[in-house]
Amino acid sequence: MGNKAVNDFTIRVATVNGSGSQSSNLVLTNAIFRLGVPVAPKNVFPSNIEGLPTWYDIRATARGYRCRTRTIDLLVALNTATWTQDVASVRSGGAIVHESTYPVAGLTQRDDITYYAVPFTELAKTHVKDGAMRKYLTNMIYVGVLAELLRIPESTIEAALGAQFKSKPKAAAANLEAVRVGSAYAREHLPPLENIAIEPMAGATDGLFFIDGNRAAALGCLMGGCTVSAWYPITPASSLCESFIALCEKYRVDPETGERKYAIVQAEDELAAVGMIIGAGWAGARAMTATSGPGISLMAEYVGYASFAEIPAVIFDVQRVGPSTGLPTRTMQGDLSFTYSLGHGDTKHPVLLPGTVDELYEDGMAALDLAERMQCPVFVLSDLDLGMNSWLTKPFAYPEKPFDRGKILRAEDLSAHPDWGRYRDVDGDGIPYRTLPGTDHPAAGYFTRGTGHDEEAKYSENPEVWQRNLDRLARKHETARTLVPQPLLEETGSAIGILAYGSTHHAVVEARDLLREAGLETDYLRVRALPLAAEVAAFVDRHETVYVVEQNRDGQLFGILRNELLPEQIARLRSLRHYNGVPIDASAIVDPVLESRRELAHAGGARS
Amino acid sequence: MTAAAQSLNIIGLAREVYKGSPTTLCAGCGHNSITNHLIKALYEYGVPPHRLAKMSGIGCSSKTPAYFVDRAHGFNGLHGRMPSAATGAKLANRELMVLGISGDGDTASIGLGQYCHMIRRNVDMTYIVENNGVYGLTKGQFSATADVGSTLKHGGSNAYTTIDVCGLAIELGATFVARSFSGDGKQLVPLLEAAFAHRGTAILDVISPCVTFNDHEGSTKSYAYVKEHDVLVNAPDFIPAGKEIVVDYEPGTVQDVELDDGSHLLLRKLERDYDATDRLGALRTIHESRTRGELVTGLLFVSGDEPDLCERERMPARPLRNFAEGDLRLDRATFAKIAGGA
Ligand SMILES: Cc1ncc(C[n+]2csc(CCOP(=O)(O)OP(=O)(O)O)c2C)c(N)n1
Ligand code: SF4
Ligand SMILES: [Mg+2]
Repeated sequence: MGNKAVNDFTIRVATVNGSGSQSSNLVLTNAIFRLGVPVAPKNVFPSNIEGLPTWYDIRATARGYRCRTRTIDLLVALNTATWTQDVASVRSGGAIVHESTYPVAGLTQRDDITYYAVPFTELAKTHVKDGAMRKYLTNMIYVGVLAELLRIPESTIEAALGAQFKSKPKAAAANLEAVRVGSAYAREHLPPLENIAIEPMAGATDGLFFIDGNRAAALGCLMGGCTVSAWYPITPASSLCESFIALCEKYRVDPETGERKYAIVQAEDELAAVGMIIGAGWAGARAMTATSGPGISLMAEYVGYASFAEIPAVIFDVQRVGPSTGLPTRTMQGDLSFTYSLGHGDTKHPVLLPGTVDELYEDGMAALDLAERMQCPVFVLSDLDLGMNSWLTKPFAYPEKPFDRGKILRAEDLSAHPDWGRYRDVDGDGIPYRTLPGTDHPAAGYFTRGTGHDEEAKYSENPEVWQRNLDRLARKHETARTLVPQPLLEETGSAIGILAYGSTHHAVVEARDLLREAGLETDYLRVRALPLAAEVAAFVDRHETVYVVEQNRDGQLFGILRNELLPEQIARLRSLRHYNGVPIDASAIVDPVLESRRELAHAGGARS
Repeated sequence: MTAAAQSLNIIGLAREVYKGSPTTLCAGCGHNSITNHLIKALYEYGVPPHRLAKMSGIGCSSKTPAYFVDRAHGFNGLHGRMPSAATGAKLANRELMVLGISGDGDTASIGLGQYCHMIRRNVDMTYIVENNGVYGLTKGQFSATADVGSTLKHGGSNAYTTIDVCGLAIELGATFVARSFSGDGKQLVPLLEAAFAHRGTAILDVISPCVTFNDHEGSTKSYAYVKEHDVLVNAPDFIPAGKEIVVDYEPGTVQDVELDDGSHLLLRKLERDYDATDRLGALRTIHESRTRGELVTGLLFVSGDEPDLCERERMPARPLRNFAEGDLRLDRATFAKIAGGA
């Protein structure tokens, strides 16, 4: 009946949202982490405040995988509405802990899994006296049941509770009692769990900590010197700005005067938000906004303007499933081509593609530097999976380099170059020099405009001037190729390559191990930014077949590659896409790659 | 004093410095007159050119920042979206003197949202609506400030209610609202200077005839119409901070408004009871004059003690854009506590 999974299983808690299960799930996650076992939580939630199905997956993984699993090992079923589908998601040999009133019959009756019926409602009624707290404490009962089944020591649960209710020791105590109700019930009534086990590990989680991507990005903005931010609430980007607000309130307020070394405005819409940060960037402050797809749509005109008028701005796009409202609480890599060329006319922007929370932190700082160095909008593409889930990560590195403020002429510089031209390419890299408003020099001022302009920023409709400027902007874009974060390579000389970006990375990591176990060694290049580094084409050249994996229907990176590569390089590419709104898992890569190998072998065999 | 020295302003600059590139607007366009009055006001007030940020949207009106104070930085942004950029610029460097130039289409149609929210936030800036009742740059379509029943040059009459940008501003809590006419420098220049002195958003709705598309009979934004229907609620005289106030009006007919920088705006009252500090009274006056087909001009409303955006956000006096690594980064120990190192 299935293999025994030690430190390698997924628990899924199926409940309805608004039922207050978040703390319980975090306590379980934290307890597993405290046993030294790497753990990856994923929240798949509805766009709703109360009453719709929500799932929380907790993956314990000795090998430190971070991606979702398609099937699960242990289900906690607390939602009648999804009972049938939830039972179907359990692997053969797995187990289900369920509310004892749920019917086990027909489709929900499987003989390859173990059922643990627990009268949660009744236990809560008899043991939790406080009616207002009952909802939350009922959830702690399943923590107790699982702790007993998985043999997680009570002291570990207690420590996790302490961390969860740091400032509320009374709440921690009440919750511990509820946990005990569950573990006592399990001890008395439930047979031991056979196929799933946790064993404490040493060394695998040392020094790691949990952080969600949105907070990591906010921390990057804090350390990168962002002082102005404007935003309009939207899932899944809101908590990025809210985290930035929280960090600023804590660390950027003068304790004596109450003065704030930042300004954050909740704007009237996303176009106003981006207008504010562009105005701030123009006037010399480091500024950012964060939004998701629908907000990006509204920002289009100003972003195109800022690209052409050459004004720094940093825009986080925490992608969700679109178009329009789409599935606002699900994940997708849907805005890659949209953000890359947002604006009309010949517009292209640097787009950073972090794949981990650590990179989100680094890219927050890098984007602020790059925007000022390049004098243009810079996008950082995150997604709901990366942004809103908690990830176990190594500690972030303290920044050692000063801010790169780019080519700014101060009053003293202007005395040496009074005939400077705002859009003149002095250095041959396409990046001109700028002055900031407020610079006390008669030659400092210039007129920033979205209309055609010459090297002196004077209005011009001259065809040669227009084309010359566009050519310079293209040169600047070429410079960006070398300044953006460069691709990450893992190569062992295989003829087969995998190319991916962003949060898809985590599924690629596991998929490559599984492919290796199936006898197929693969090389891997992870794209870290657009414009594509030269290394990408070289990687394609070195491989017979390159699988381009991404989380959208149309293969947006694949499309960009087809634009930029040579025909013989394009012929080596195969597009693999995952686009159902839940984070990609390893089998979404392994299955089609193996299938494609079989097809290619068959085609090759037929030829010979 | 030599003649040359006499023609310098209080910061020692000649009037020439406040000029810009030659205008490319139609001869006789009201916007050109406003530009000239602005040059006079900026010069007289002694605005340091390097501190001036000229912000505008899109339209004939929004082109005008190129025609004054060449030395200053200009930002000719998007149609209707200048307030957001102006807000950001002010947040980045609160030492800037932000001057926004917009049109009636730019403000009352595409830009109405940003206009309202700029006022709500009381962003410290002067915001001028060069109001001609039409879209000049796109060749004469009605704007939302056109009066009901007014006609277009090539036929067509406006059936929809007008948006009064002054009434709206007062309703939204604006702290300085004035209306004037591009042809009335005597009234406009002191109002502009008072707007510069005001802390918070100062709204100036300046009726500015479009001679090419909206100066015909049937237009309510033509030179002839405005001259006939202009009703002044007060006639202003601006006295910069530090200058002695000599009141030479008859007592009882002058309202002395002290502005945020200590300067004074003396309003010679033409309408008996007009009190520019009474919000409801101002709204009533605007409404009643419109029903009578009159155009009320002057300082319609002012309130001095509202905090502006930078104050509400408790920003330091030092511009945010001047803060560096040492001011903004966490120290290593604090960082380690929240970034996994501790
Ligand atoms: C997004 C967008 N839509 C439309 C236009 C075209 N457009 C340019 S100016 C203008 C109207 C300007 O009217 P107003 O603000 O009253 O300025 P005026 O020319 O009358 O001074 C329009 C519709 C544009 N530039 N941008
Ligand atoms: S079209 Fe009208 S608004 Fe535009 S410049 Fe000519 S007169 Fe002025
Ligand atoms: Mg107009």
